[in-house]
Amino acid sequence: MDEILKIEHLTKKYDDITVLNDISLTVKKGEVLVIVGPSGCGKSTLLRCINNLEDIQDGKVNIEGKTGMVFQSYELFPHMTVLQNLMLAPVKVQKRKKDEVKKEAEQLLERVGLSSKKDNYPAQLSGGQKQRVAIVRALIMHPEVLLFDEVTAALDPEMVREVLDVILDLAKQDKTMLIVTHEMAFARAIADRVIFLEGGSIIEDTTPAEFFDAPRSERAKSFLRTFEFEKVH
Amino acid sequence: MGFEVIFKGKNFIRLLEGLGVALKISLVSVIISIVLGMIVGMIMTLKNPVIRAVSRIYLEIVRIMPQMVLLFIVFFGFTKMTGRNISAELSSVIVFSFWGTAEMADLVRGCLTSIPKIQYESSKALGLSRLQTYVYVIIPQIIRRLIPLSINLITRMIKTTSLIMMIGIVEVLKVGQQIIEANRKSSPHAAFGVFAVVFLLYFLACWPISRLAGYLERKWT
Repeated sequence: MDEILKIEHLTKKYDDITVLNDISLTVKKGEVLVIVGPSGCGKSTLLRCINNLEDIQDGKVNIEGKTGMVFQSYELFPHMTVLQNLMLAPVKVQKRKKDEVKKEAEQLLERVGLSSKKDNYPAQLSGGQKQRVAIVRALIMHPEVLLFDEVTAALDPEMVREVLDVILDLAKQDKTMLIVTHEMAFARAIADRVIFLEGGSIIEDTTPAEFFDAPRSERAKSFLRTFEFEKVH
Repeated sequence: MGFEVIFKGKNFIRLLEGLGVALKISLVSVIISIVLGMIVGMIMTLKNPVIRAVSRIYLEIVRIMPQMVLLFIVFFGFTKMTGRNISAELSSVIVFSFWGTAEMADLVRGCLTSIPKIQYESSKALGLSRLQTYVYVIIPQIIRRLIPLSINLITRMIKTTSLIMMIGIVEVLKVGQQIIEANRKSSPHAAFGVFAVVFLLYFLACWPISRLAGYLERKWT
């Protein structure tokens, strides 16, 4: 398979604090990479560096094509309807024909079960619905790599599933995805490969089965234990 | 009650003309304030400490100083100091614009800084250029927040024009006083009726504007 993303010796610092330390990583086309780790380990920063939202102090990021990103807080444009949100970038940035973009937007909305909401404003949607629109907004640009930054972290628990189902559906279509998440069961189900990040470094880079059942490092073990609960009585 | 003097002679027309003077001065001042306020507001978002200090002082002066004192300073003070005659109308436009620009600039600054940083980031992630981000994403949101707020400023300006009679401008309140004075013999209790009509005129001028602001606010938030 072809390499679609290649990161070499990436280092990111905020003033004196090193957030990412010498990260090297290669992602193949169609691969679903899940990035886990404790808060503040640099997971989100890694995605933001890949997407050029942060300047980097050292190293290289090479992407074959465009990236699309979905944020934790959806960030739809509040003054535009769902359809306008979806059509803005394809029409203005990619200069595609309005009719064609509109058709694709409607098809994608249908796919995520939101056909009836196309003329609504973001304020009229639930969190899960907004996040599904945000996913479609990234998809419609036909990115080669999709980045998901804790996309369910701000949602009510009962809305997490509808968003994760959309991402699972994308995995089936062989999209290349980098997913930062705290949903361990989801990570295990969707990942081709798991990266465990701590203190700005990659501690483990392995298959989901191995990571969740037999993590090698002590740090990964103690991280995974935080998701377990002993019976109280 | 004094309502009878309203329609005596040209009284009612004179009251309307007085209202016209008030509205004209507010309108001119509002246009100046909005244009200058936009520019000053954008400058105020810069992180330069000198600009911050100067705009801070400007805002505080406008907030602390009663508009009437400002009117006196400009109309009587400057005339005495420079020996040049500034007309009462020009003085009031200067004072109202000085005040309105500060208020408007503060609103613009507030709106600009209230757009979350991540709106810029998600635009960038979609590939929008800086200019496209401003034109399609940021400015439309700012305008929607700004219009209801600046409409409220217009109504406040119209109300505050009642002060300009203190520097000799014959606006609606002054016309009211003149009518009462002129009819003191025939209708000694005209004050209530005349001022009630003045109140009604202010109300008719401001109410639709304030309704419009409320409507836009509901529609856009």
